[in-house]
Amino acid sequence: MIAEIGLAALWLAAALAVLQMVSGAAMLRSADGPPHPLAIYTRPAAIVQAVLAVLAFLMLLWAFAVTDLSIKLVATNSHSMKPLIYKLTGTWGNHEGSMLLWVGVLAASGGLLAAFEKRLPERTMGATLAVQGFVALGFYAFLLLSSNPFERLPVPAIEGTGLNPLLQDIGLAIHPPTLYAGYVGLSVAFSLAMGALLTREVNPAFARVMRPWVLGAWVLLTLGITAGSYWAYYELGWGGWWFWDPVENASLMPWLAATALMHSVSVLAARDALRTWTIMLGVLAFSMSMLGTFLVRSGVLTSVHAFAVDPERGSFILALLGLYIGGAFTIFALRAGAVAEGKRFAAVSREGALVFNNVMLSAILAIVLLGTLYPLLTEAFDVRVSVGPPYFNPAAAIFAVPMFLVMAVGPLLRWKEDKPARIQFELALIAALLIGGIALVSFFGRFPLLPLLGLGLAAALAVAAFLPLRGRKLTRVPVATWGMAIAHFGVAVALFGMACEGAFTKERLAAVAPGGTEQVGDFAVTLESVTPVAGPNWTAIEARLAVSRGGGEPVILTPQARNFWSPPQATSESALLTRWDGQLYAVIGNQAEDGRWQIRVWWKPFVTFIWYGGMLIALGGVLAIVGRVRVDVKRRKAVTKGEARRADLDALGTATPVPAE
Amino acid sequence: MKAKHQRLILVVIALVAILGAGLLAAWSLRNQANYFYLPEQMAAEPPAVGQAVRLGGMVQKGSISTEADGVTVNFMVTGNTADAIPVRYSGILPDLFVEGSGVVAEGSLGPDGVFLATNLLAKHDENYVPKELEGMGTEQAAKVAADTTVGLK
Repeated sequence: MIAEIGLAALWLAAALAVLQMVSGAAMLRSADGPPHPLAIYTRPAAIVQAVLAVLAFLMLLWAFAVTDLSIKLVATNSHSMKPLIYKLTGTWGNHEGSMLLWVGVLAASGGLLAAFEKRLPERTMGATLAVQGFVALGFYAFLLLSSNPFERLPVPAIEGTGLNPLLQDIGLAIHPPTLYAGYVGLSVAFSLAMGALLTREVNPAFARVMRPWVLGAWVLLTLGITAGSYWAYYELGWGGWWFWDPVENASLMPWLAATALMHSVSVLAARDALRTWTIMLGVLAFSMSMLGTFLVRSGVLTSVHAFAVDPERGSFILALLGLYIGGAFTIFALRAGAVAEGKRFAAVSREGALVFNNVMLSAILAIVLLGTLYPLLTEAFDVRVSVGPPYFNPAAAIFAVPMFLVMAVGPLLRWKEDKPARIQFELALIAALLIGGIALVSFFGRFPLLPLLGLGLAAALAVAAFLPLRGRKLTRVPVATWGMAIAHFGVAVALFGMACEGAFTKERLAAVAPGGTEQVGDFAVTLESVTPVAGPNWTAIEARLAVSRGGGEPVILTPQARNFWSPPQATSESALLTRWDGQLYAVIGNQAEDGRWQIRVWWKPFVTFIWYGGMLIALGGVLAIVGRVRVDVKRRKAVTKGEARRADLDALGTATPVPAE
Repeated sequence: MKAKHQRLILVVIALVAILGAGLLAAWSLRNQANYFYLPEQMAAEPPAVGQAVRLGGMVQKGSISTEADGVTVNFMVTGNTADAIPVRYSGILPDLFVEGSGVVAEGSLGPDGVFLATNLLAKHDENYVPKELEGMGTEQAAKVAADTTVGLK
């Protein structure tokens, strides 16, 4: 029954998406004159569709929770012996389930938009929801026609095949849902941008509606990427936190576009400038999340993220990609000329700095995009290549370094026009910190160029992040401004962590007999014993490592080499010792013929700062949303109050006072 | 300056930056892309010493030997022909790294003709087949593809 309810809900939701599209289009057409009879269905259709899509997802979640082995998806991806949490998270640990999650979040955000967004003109709202329905329809078609999650088996399986053990981790509960919600939040930004473009409503009021969606999506993407990076770091046992793997790039590209979009939409809201640019970034950001979905889900890449290699699905997503991105850019090309020019500004101004960084972000995006697609391109000519850090690191840094420099200065500039001389003290301070930081570090030894630059920039950015608050009464600084300062500070923190990891990491690889000791940095690592252990669905070899820092009290670390039996697969469970100034990372390998065990240990100073930085950036985004929404609610209250007062005055028959604006 | 001019200048600057990024990418991709070699290709046209490349093939039977330090492994990688490339790797071996299984080694060729691997890509699920080993053409390649390795990511 469960599966049938889910499937029926999905079909109904798809039908409602059609209604939403048609009704939204009717709303768009009933510009003047009486509203089109169909137009009233737009918002209800979006809301009911959201309920149905979420219901379908909950049905699948239920099927996984009770391990209903008559459903093909459950039988091929779950196992009755798995811990409950991994049964639940396993719902989206496969192709069909993850697409259903994607569609569920898409419909839910469309429903939220339809239910709560009352500020936009009805026509713009109609166009927005029509576009949202169109996007949703494509994904419903994809799910129902080529990846039905509710397909039954003719004969129920006796036991499931289980979930890829690498995914049997709490990371699966956090990383995909946040990342998806972020991707999909960008779809709302895209629909809003299209709606505004179609109805020629690209103005600050529209930007204020779009901003929380962009900020929200960006916060979720930031958290999703941060969580994914930490998950890969501790789960894969390679000791790296970013591999420039195509699927990682697939999540980084929408983030870069969303970062640019978020800043540009703020300029539009505050200053009524950068109108077309904002719309273009809205289209670009969603294109990148579509491209990410294509890269990850189509099977063109071999990776732990590519659950199913099925050419039909790949071409389906590619067709959707072409349809949406091609359509969006066509509308953009046709309508962009009709968007009136926004307010002007000088090159040296806050807008100028934001535009510069927008361009730098786009350039980094281009670098990442080309590096990611290049292997796919060459494969068409039968040349097999892979592109890794030797390309991405320097090429991205060429644009990232000027971006960070401008990011330090930009928030200090005034809107519209400013003179560099006004902020010469701040400029001198930032330059001194940058140069001083680099000089200080180079004094202690020779380090690679990029980490060295990173350390200098981190020092300068950390201070520069709080300079905009200088000379202001801290209790009166708007919450959104605090958000900006904290997010920029987070960038400095993350940069510091990355640079330290790059410059100061110590590694030791050795074969050790039980009782033997190895030295890493100022840590002494003693292998006490190696014992077999067992878990609910795995057996493992576990090493007991006594780790003592500078002769202090030893701490026990227990890295494992695990063997799962369903599906049969081996994984390496690293053991981490976290200290305020870094992490010790230990992995156990094979046993040599003479009985010694391979041990690999890294000391990574301040590596945790990378993820603390990511969380600070997200926190800054959350503060910005809170601040903006509070101001907006206040403004709306004031407007209602003013109108009520004016109505009272009208009733009294006195002359109406003219409002200040 | 007219509004139109400002917009034009902005567009030009953005285009120049993006084109610059594109050209830079194209140029450095040609230099930095990590090419994939089969053992016979590496024997016929060896890459420059120190250039980062990938080598993929089968681990020759009876060729795996561990050095005295317990962590350095030497083995031979063969392909469709008799050519075999010696590989040296220091690190923890992938669990399913055994004689006769497929392997993709990342690293570079040393001056002595030994391929110094910095990373061995390991099989972790029979569902995943690496792109590199697809279409090797022979029956052996089919076997390689069937029980072979991919990156852990």
